[in-house]
Amino acid sequence: MTTTHSRTAGPAGSSEPTAPAAPAARKTTYREAMREAMREAMRADERVFLMGEDVGRYGGCFGVSLGLLEEFGPERVRDAPLSESAFVGTGIGAALAGLRPIVEIMTVNFSLLALDQILNNAATLLHMSGGQLPVPLVIRMTTGAGRQLAAQHSHSLENWYAHIPGLRVLAPATLTDARCVLAPALADPDPVLIFEHGSLYNVSGDLPADPGPVDLDHAAVRRPGTDVSLITYGGSLPKALAAADDLAADGIGAEVVDLRTLRPLDDATVGGSVARTHRAVVVDEGWRTGSLAAEISARLTEQHFYDLDAPVERVCSAEVPMPYARRLEQAALPQADAITAAARRTLGEVGEEPG
Amino acid sequence: MSATRTPRTGRPTSRPGRAAAHRLALLESMLRVRRFEERCVELYSAARIRGFMHLYIGEEAVAAGVNEALTDEDAVVSTYREHGHALARGVPAEAIMAEMFGKVTGCSRGRGGSMHLFDVSRRFYGGNAIVGGGLPLAAGLALADRMTDRDRVTCCFFGDGAFAEGEFHETANLAALWGLPLLLVCENNLYAMGTALARHQAQTDLALRAAGYGMVAWAVDGMDVLAVEEAARRAAEGVRAGGGPHFLEMRTYRFRAHSMYDSDRYRDKTEIEQWKERDPVEGLARRLREAGELSDEARTALEDRLAAEIDAAVRAADQAPEEPIEDLLKYVTSPVKASRP
Repeated sequence: MTTTHSRTAGPAGSSEPTAPAAPAARKTTYREAMREAMREAMRADERVFLMGEDVGRYGGCFGVSLGLLEEFGPERVRDAPLSESAFVGTGIGAALAGLRPIVEIMTVNFSLLALDQILNNAATLLHMSGGQLPVPLVIRMTTGAGRQLAAQHSHSLENWYAHIPGLRVLAPATLTDARCVLAPALADPDPVLIFEHGSLYNVSGDLPADPGPVDLDHAAVRRPGTDVSLITYGGSLPKALAAADDLAADGIGAEVVDLRTLRPLDDATVGGSVARTHRAVVVDEGWRTGSLAAEISARLTEQHFYDLDAPVERVCSAEVPMPYARRLEQAALPQADAITAAARRTLGEVGEEPG
Repeated sequence: MSATRTPRTGRPTSRPGRAAAHRLALLESMLRVRRFEERCVELYSAARIRGFMHLYIGEEAVAAGVNEALTDEDAVVSTYREHGHALARGVPAEAIMAEMFGKVTGCSRGRGGSMHLFDVSRRFYGGNAIVGGGLPLAAGLALADRMTDRDRVTCCFFGDGAFAEGEFHETANLAALWGLPLLLVCENNLYAMGTALARHQAQTDLALRAAGYGMVAWAVDGMDVLAVEEAARRAAEGVRAGGGPHFLEMRTYRFRAHSMYDSDRYRDKTEIEQWKERDPVEGLARRLREAGELSDEARTALEDRLAAEIDAAVRAADQAPEEPIEDLLKYVTSPVKASRP
């Protein structure tokens, strides 16, 4: 089966998903929200420490940990040598011995150097030891494209990790999630991977004064709608919301579901949305083949075949290593107009007025 | 069956009675591994044990000697050739045998098999079948001790093959840089599976290379349990004194093939026979006999005791239940999730 999706270059979605501003809300950025979460965790629990490349003196390669070294000192904000496998494995060992490490890896592409430790140790030790060795480790890393960083800094490989039993995989897409997923991740007795889309760090908006807690077991409906479900996560959420705006202008109500947790997937929320709208577009910055979008599409077919009024559409990245040139890079990525077009196809297939 | 913990005799003293008893305990520790694994070969041939199984026969002096330098509070991280390390650490033979039989009473509840023995109660952290994969983990255990001011040593065993892995070099650098309380024990048996040391390393003096990372490092006769023990004690004391990671290259040899699947075509038979002349078990037994510390009767009694212990382990493993299929997905994630607010 061949499916052709047009993916014309266009501006990245600029719509900023935020919770409705509460009276005491204050302006912040995704980066600052994540930093605040780490600061809070380290103040609350002396077992928590941060380890990774350039997390200390440099302040984190994307500036997330700026200032933490000054507050917590070099023992707890630990600059590691450029040895992904060693410092991720060291995090695993420290977790086994009772600490609560947060390990930062610069990008998901670099995490492949630590894939052995993440898969063969972190995800596996509990089972392989017959339940003796839970690994309460949090690994944070940047993912995704859009910043012209080319093919070794831009890929979206979180679905590789979402394939692995034993891991919990998170993709906070909003300021509130950036601020609130770390605490429950640290409280999880098992390894948790947090994927931070690079395009989100500078996103600013209002953070409610009391934003938490965030439920890691459930996806979030970011915008209600009745005609089509746009199912997405991470850096694609702003694009899906922008597409929903475009569709609304034509009277089409798109419901936007933010997966938030990529493993385990929340079938109930995704399926519940599709049971209401009967149409689904899955937006995923990973490559289409073997993608998370493929998994969700398969689950919808298994669980909601008779709810669907049209084939599930997928908007994914073009199957090419991420190119540098802006025009090419934008053409390779899911864009709002491609999402809008896919949503229209799901409506056109049944030839009915939305409603 | 009672636990078959190796008697821990403490530091040898100059008093002849204590020292002789200590040497006898070392002999027993090594002989237990030897006889246990010989039984494993029979059981493997009878298809009672399946999967990959790697024998330690010939290398027993390393596990027995190094264990003497460790306390119950210390940690051990091992490889897939770890029956000897586990037994020396005190993991009961019954729990190991049951594991290899795939039984629920196994030390990993039948999830691990021969290559993945775990016993957290003895701080035995397995059982790693990725060459070099245990090294970063050991560094993490050591880092936690450092950060919480616990006076403990983490001992990590690995082979000469691991010297070709990036994880060894990454961990050696990180551990030396951070001064971690880590005892690195390289079991150089001269072969990375079937590839001879000189065919996989440009510089075959492994201790020399470890020293290049700023660690105290030296090579030891790994066929002499007393030499191993002495070196391990010195190294562990250096670690406990805050001297950072210490590295021991144990020059040893496996008498059997790499695994049960290996037809051992890559080694000269005369080489194997020459090393067997330096058998660590019989070498120590001979010394003890010559010193009048081990009579023929005592040797026979020891053999009988170990045979009975292993018989009991096999019997118990044989009779133990298997994990029910309903528990297939158990231990993939922890039973109680704290993620829900």
